[in-house]
Amino acid sequence: MFRYNQIMNVFAHIGRYTQLMGRTLVRPDSWRISFRMFMKELDKIGLQTLPILIVMSVFMGAIMTIQTKLNTENPILPAYTTGLVTRDTLLLEFTSTILCLILAGKIGSSIASEIGTMRITEQIDALEIMGINSANYLILPKIMAFIIVMPFFVIISSAIGLFGGYLSALLTDIITVSDYLLGIQYAFIPYYVFYAVVKSVVFAFLIASIASYYGYYAYGGALDVGKASTNAVVNSSLLILLFDLIITDLMLN
Amino acid sequence: MIEIKHITKSFDGEIVLKDISAVFESGKANMIIGPSGSGKTVLLKSIIGLHRIDSGRIEYDGRNLPDMRMKDIRVLRREVGMLFQGAALFDSMTVLENVMFPLEMFSTKTPDEQKERAYFCLQRVNMPERSYNLMPSEISGGMQKRVAIARAIALNPKYLFCDEPNSGLDPQTSLIIDKLIHEITQEYNITTIINSHDMNSIMEIGDNIIFIQQGEKKWQGCRHDIFHANCESLDNFVFASNLYKRIKSTQN
Repeated sequence: MFRYNQIMNVFAHIGRYTQLMGRTLVRPDSWRISFRMFMKELDKIGLQTLPILIVMSVFMGAIMTIQTKLNTENPILPAYTTGLVTRDTLLLEFTSTILCLILAGKIGSSIASEIGTMRITEQIDALEIMGINSANYLILPKIMAFIIVMPFFVIISSAIGLFGGYLSALLTDIITVSDYLLGIQYAFIPYYVFYAVVKSVVFAFLIASIASYYGYYAYGGALDVGKASTNAVVNSSLLILLFDLIITDLMLN
Repeated sequence: MIEIKHITKSFDGEIVLKDISAVFESGKANMIIGPSGSGKTVLLKSIIGLHRIDSGRIEYDGRNLPDMRMKDIRVLRREVGMLFQGAALFDSMTVLENVMFPLEMFSTKTPDEQKERAYFCLQRVNMPERSYNLMPSEISGGMQKRVAIARAIALNPKYLFCDEPNSGLDPQTSLIIDKLIHEITQEYNITTIINSHDMNSIMEIGDNIIFIQQGEKKWQGCRHDIFHANCESLDNFVFASNLYKRIKSTQN
């Protein structure tokens, strides 16, 4: 059973998170400097994440194709089923939810530890003393950059995942290339792309803001920054799953 | 001038600062001294507004900080420079970028003028020009403190706060940093408050010293008065080492 203190602790976190977002989502002190920070974050969150995203997507697409084929081995089902299921799974879950869970580990922990280290080394205090809204200066560019790159990640990951499936069809004899290509084009619903993009934008906001929250309120030493980073990943992953359920119900049900 | 009146601060019901009043004049090195855990840092952070006080007044040339709205506090803070214990330089920026940062953020100067001002501040704290494009992790602790001072004075502050500026520095470098702070204070007529428990600093530059212990102000005076202060807790703190005990007996 949850104790009273634990429940109050959850509300305290929600309150502090809301306050932090209230300070973050306001007009920047300097548009020029915020834009510069935003471009840096685009590079860090976007370009530097792309290689791992490509590798993951190729493998996931290939693995998904093989497993789908093995699990749908039935003469009643048409041969193109594998391609169709692979495409829809990639679009509906992998490139938005699973990818975001993985990115919560990579980008979320990086954001939490970066801001946490700035907190414990008094760099955030230094910003505050200068009269700068430190939450806005540090967090807003990260949230904006992640929200902007995430739809591209979804589309790139879907395309590369499908290419991974194509490779598995080409290099193994589990399915013919023509059946696979027919499957990935068959009964395509463009709304699924929109659904995946909407989910990814919500998840990007959750990852960046929750990681920033844990980093911003970190205190103590290196060990505590590590704890903040772990908490950021665990809690953003849980919230991604919760919001996945809510968005899926709202958009697909 | 900064004037604090009857400041009280507690954390979770535990009183950390008890009814402290003091005046910190401009052009003087005002020092807050006391043993570890006495409440020096809490007092300094309360004066700056990083901690909200329970009661009392903190007047910056008549402007009472606790009455101010966040927007006005931000404006006031643009008149404030701060030197942190660990320098708190932005580790993603070079030395020059660190000093230029407040100028880029708030000054109306052109980029060339900002660079000129940053060069002036770095030269004022005797930073060698070859270090301007280095990252903070590539320079020594003493140099980091000097860059932090340069950054703190970049916007011509009216108030300068230094939290244990000599921590982690050797005695010779400490002396250089102390003299630098003192010179800048007098040169630009800044109201400087230094938080320290370094006896060399206290005896070197302490124009106005406040001694606090267990959150209470126990004594106030200048460095010349310390030898003749009639305060047992101050004596125990200041003359804790054999060296200072001997100096005191010689003075007496």
